[in-house]
Amino acid sequence: MSATAVREIEFRDALREAMSEEMRRDPKVFLLGEEVAEYDGAYKVSKGMLAEFGPRRIIDTPISENGFAGLGIGAAMMGLRPIVEFMSWSFSLVAADQILNNAPKMLYMSGGQFGCPIVFRGNDGAGGQLGSTHSWCVESLYANVPGLKMAIPSNPYDAKGLLKTAIRDADPVFFLESERMLSMKGEVPEEEYLIPFGQAAIRRTGEDCTIVSFGRPVHFAMEAAETLAAEDGIECEVIDGRTIRPLDLDTIVASVRKTNRCVVVDQSWSFASVGSEVAAQISEHCFDDLDNHVHRVHADDVPAPYASNLEQEMLPNPRKIRSAVLSACYRA
Amino acid sequence: MPIKTAFKTEIEHVSILDEHGQFDAKLAEGLIPDDDLLALYRHMTVCRHLDEVAFKLQRSGRMGTYPQNMGQEATSLAAAYVLEKTDWLVPCYRENAGLFWRGVPMEYVLLHWMGDERGNAIPRELFCTPLAIPIGTQMLHAAGLAWAAKYRGEKQIACTFFGDGATSEGDFHEAMNFAANLDLPVVFLCQNNFWAISVPGKIQCSAPTLAQRGLAYGMHCVQCDGNDLFAVAKVVKEAAARAREQSRPTFIEAVTYRLGDHTTADDARRYRDQAEVDLWKARDPLIRLRGLLKEKKLWNDSKEAELLEFAEREVAGAVQRAEGIEAPATTEVFDHTFATLDPQILKQRETRRTSSLGQQSGRSASHAPAGGSH
Ligand SMILES: Cc1ncc(C[n+]2csc(CCOP(=O)(O)OP(=O)(O)O)c2C)c(N)n1
Ligand SMILES: [Mg+2]
Repeated sequence: MSATAVREIEFRDALREAMSEEMRRDPKVFLLGEEVAEYDGAYKVSKGMLAEFGPRRIIDTPISENGFAGLGIGAAMMGLRPIVEFMSWSFSLVAADQILNNAPKMLYMSGGQFGCPIVFRGNDGAGGQLGSTHSWCVESLYANVPGLKMAIPSNPYDAKGLLKTAIRDADPVFFLESERMLSMKGEVPEEEYLIPFGQAAIRRTGEDCTIVSFGRPVHFAMEAAETLAAEDGIECEVIDGRTIRPLDLDTIVASVRKTNRCVVVDQSWSFASVGSEVAAQISEHCFDDLDNHVHRVHADDVPAPYASNLEQEMLPNPRKIRSAVLSACYRA
Repeated sequence: MPIKTAFKTEIEHVSILDEHGQFDAKLAEGLIPDDDLLALYRHMTVCRHLDEVAFKLQRSGRMGTYPQNMGQEATSLAAAYVLEKTDWLVPCYRENAGLFWRGVPMEYVLLHWMGDERGNAIPRELFCTPLAIPIGTQMLHAAGLAWAAKYRGEKQIACTFFGDGATSEGDFHEAMNFAANLDLPVVFLCQNNFWAISVPGKIQCSAPTLAQRGLAYGMHCVQCDGNDLFAVAKVVKEAAARAREQSRPTFIEAVTYRLGDHTTADDARRYRDQAEVDLWKARDPLIRLRGLLKEKKLWNDSKEAELLEFAEREVAGAVQRAEGIEAPATTEVFDHTFATLDPQILKQRETRRTSSLGQQSGRSASHAPAGGSH
């Protein structure tokens, strides 16, 4: 094989490839949601899919999140594999009963009779000046519920590999994308691959401090790590969790045992969050290894502001992460 | 410009065997052969007896909260009777008669209300979904099941049951809208028993019938006497044909009444008049059916006495079986959380510590600090 460069595609293309490949592979897979068919998706994720798969499998729904979430659950109970697109995870709040009270409990409450192999996917997180009601980071809110899995890719390669795994999974998967990353390009090989759940990726190695993050803030962590290396002489190890449930505790624990310091970056609010869970786990498993308490960087405890500068200030950003690392290393 | 009528319609009310014993043999033609009628009557009597026994079990602490079906047996039973065995029954919690007719063992439902998840593990081949306790959610699942059947090119349809109160939930409206607009083979069977716990129907809907709610969705809709086995059988049969042949949904309002409390945790005397209850006692589906059977010379008092003994034995046997099922092992608490349990849940199961994800009792070798320095 010649050493040709791996092609680069956008995050949204990677998502589409994952769905299309799985739909070609398995006739039980279909996509439904608002605007997914004729309009090619509100964010063009499903571009061309209607043309390839037809209206039987690419379905435009009424504006009825609870409705199509519940309909998808019924179809999944019958053994189909629906992919339900929420234009934004913010709109999944009106479907809370179906996605939290039905999908993740169906198998349990039916004593194993009715599984629910369904993927809910869409844009999560703030950063696009969409105002507070459209800027939800749902990970902490939803990750609390047993019976669901949650994947949160930070780049096109992971987006594709994780989404394919999600579609083949036998349980409900909450798949969190980011509107801010849909146009991001990244290397995605032509050959098929899947990324198993529960395997974090080490994005950067370092000896001084571990930064654990999920989704879009992984990029802020990387930016902060470069600045810390260049200006502060601190080498960070950056871990991209890739899935929140299951959580790859082993990779995180091994890293913290090496660096003895840890900063967790989670774009949701801090109270009872993914970040607080990870911090608690590290405190338990690395109690004797830690030089300092686990530091956390979250969104500020306010609704996402509309004004651009305030929104950037509210979210985790490289500056906040750098100062947390400095503090964790007793340098601030 | 003269004002024209944009739309005009009527809602039909179907009644075949009424509370006075009037029977419309013409409308009933070909609906229920006499042999089946006897079997259905027996079945309803057993279900009624189960309600009485369940009530006593709850009062004596042998069962949790139980919703009596009393008075409403005809509706779900007639539906289950006319549907194919492979059509989905998508119930809420007042459909014992229909579920048992389909083949769900009585002890399952008892076990469930005794507080055991396994009672809801209805074997898939019976095509009944678990009892849905959050009001209204199951209607969307019915739409999804029907959608999946259509997707697969199967001639299966879904019949979902719910109360008058449930028609106020968003799920109801979303399910109706989906089913109508996506041409789904669903039968929406509303059991209007006039009460949602203590809330009267007027608070749920201001229109003269619930049936007409279907009109707004462009769906065929009809009202029937829900205490009349024949009427329900007729409208469900027609709805099923519409679903199977034209892939169109139907909304049926079956007018009925719960003769008991909402559940054993309720005391209906606090909010409804005895006169109203007495009126509906006279409209009991069992009484009129027994009358018809006697008129047809198919029934007499000695058969009735035999049947009551049979019902007692049946129910006692089911109670015995349900109570004989051993409590699940505490390790089973994790079963069916996921199709395959992830390592963190397995760890919780192993250590029996559920206070946090993947928590360990003591430090595992893999995570112990190097050299054990303290
Ligand atoms: C979403 C939801 N809200 C409230 C309840 C509590 N609840 C249980 S039964 C009931 C009344 C339902 O009335 P109806 O739909 O008429 O059914 P019926 O019990 O009369 O058969 C209520 C409010 C619930 N189970 N789920
Ligand atoms: Mg009611």
